[in-house]
Amino acid sequence: MIHRRYKEKGIESGLFIASAVTVFALFLICFFLFRDGYLLFETFPFTEFLFGTGWFPTSSPPKFGLLPLLLGSLLVTFGAIIIAVPLGVAAAIYIAELASPKVSEFLKPFIEILAGIPSVVYGFFGLVVLVPILQDALNLPTGQTALAGSIMLAMMALPTIISISEDAINSVPLSLKEGSLALGSTHWQTIYRVTLPAAISGISAAVILGIGRAIGETMTVLMVTGNMAVIPGFPEGLFDPVRTMTATIALEMGEVAQGSDHFHALFAVGSVLFIITFIINLIADRIKTKYRLKGGL
Amino acid sequence: MINRAKLWTITLVLIMVVALFGAGCTGNENGEDEVEMESIIVKGSDTVLPLSQAEAEIYMENNPETSITVIGGGSGVGIAALIDGEIEIAMASRSIKESERETAETNGINPMEHVVAWDGIAVVVNPENTIEGLTYEQIRGIYNGTYSNWADVGGNDMEIVVTSRDSSSGTYEYFKEEAMSEDEYRADKLTQPSNGAIVQTVSQNEYAIGYIGFAYLDDSIKPISLDAGEGMIEATEANILGGEYPLARPLYLYTNGEPEGLAADFINFIQSDEGKAIVTDVGYFPA
Repeated sequence: MIHRRYKEKGIESGLFIASAVTVFALFLICFFLFRDGYLLFETFPFTEFLFGTGWFPTSSPPKFGLLPLLLGSLLVTFGAIIIAVPLGVAAAIYIAELASPKVSEFLKPFIEILAGIPSVVYGFFGLVVLVPILQDALNLPTGQTALAGSIMLAMMALPTIISISEDAINSVPLSLKEGSLALGSTHWQTIYRVTLPAAISGISAAVILGIGRAIGETMTVLMVTGNMAVIPGFPEGLFDPVRTMTATIALEMGEVAQGSDHFHALFAVGSVLFIITFIINLIADRIKTKYRLKGGL
Repeated sequence: MINRAKLWTITLVLIMVVALFGAGCTGNENGEDEVEMESIIVKGSDTVLPLSQAEAEIYMENNPETSITVIGGGSGVGIAALIDGEIEIAMASRSIKESERETAETNGINPMEHVVAWDGIAVVVNPENTIEGLTYEQIRGIYNGTYSNWADVGGNDMEIVVTSRDSSSGTYEYFKEEAMSEDEYRADKLTQPSNGAIVQTVSQNEYAIGYIGFAYLDDSIKPISLDAGEGMIEATEANILGGEYPLARPLYLYTNGEPEGLAADFINFIQSDEGKAIVTDVGYFPA
């Protein structure tokens, strides 16, 4: 018995150490990211960083205006959500409610493969196939636009949105659906009026996690959006090139002199990105908790 | 019973791992006893990377008792590693910045420059484009935003789609210095992460213009002649080697002071006839 208790303790402390290391790593990342980002503001005014409209890191004096990058990120993400949410939710409804078990068993692995494709492959596909198509179809001077980024990101966010929405729809209690059908509703009326509203918080969580995935994506966006650091118009900016925060860091980190203002500016952009993703995750978490309570009805 | 079987398997695997490690260690020790392994690390610019890699491979074949590790990461990364004393040789596609030299001096490091090759930069357009050559004045106008239509520089009436490298590329800074006389790039340019991406964009877009390293030229794009004030010079290898083509830049290796031992040997090898032949093979031009 004593032996067993030691074993139990051992496993417990092993698991504790594992999770402590994770949390510690997160704190270290936070610390170094924010510290190097903060160093920018010793020489460059904070308000000019936050509200500056130009990103000219190598001109003299340099301009580190976040706005074009922030708005670029938001525009591409917004476009991706507009495309991915209706598609993803529709696919989830089909798989969870309408498809025969055989069909849904056939579809699910394909959606998983979609999630497993490396982002550089999506980027290459976008650059070689999608960009020329957009350029010809919409008669644009270049197909490397926010829209190209949105379409690619939508494809990449779909697996997240589909699988989490499907989970949410599946966990709507059977009694609710049976009740609705027993009252004489058709299958579609039940889905539309009962199942979807009951699953809405789960679906919202799926959407927000999809946003989180889209806003942090780097490689694909870097390859297809043209990386033009100007403030995009709305909504016509979807058809112009844009530059996102992630693409800027990836583009410029390679040869920037370490310890320079430009170096610190990239860390500052990274800090902003970190804060945004953190907030998105918090929101998704809040919604999921709410949804769990509802699911337990 | 199953637990015991598992336990045995785990023990067995552990013993094998330890045995393998032990064997590996003694193997290394034996190797060191026989010959003194000399090793250096070369790190930095991705432009110089393929050159250093090819040179290092041949050099190590000729001198099996040496080890040269070549790592990319960018000019700034390489120079920073040299300043921190982590490596023996830094690769750079630009000369060291004044700020970097100051940091080096406070660290007691004295960066010394070696030109190992020349890289030509070609200005390219889509093969459909009727433009055959541009003056520096026209290129500056296109890249700083003065000209937005190909008709402004003698071409057809269509918009110019300007592509450039990212601001941390050595090529970006070189082009700005030489062809644009330090003018700021227009804000509405397409920024591409690599030479390959510029080739891809220009080859599929008849409005586009870009600049790339000579090693990346192929049939899908058209290099144009340049006029830096001495008449149109065609973008050919002969004109770069003859020193007439205006957009050619040196590629550098940096060492801490006068190089010694393997580092000195390696740089001498690159500058030898055998090394120069490799430079040509990789697609650059011997210094």
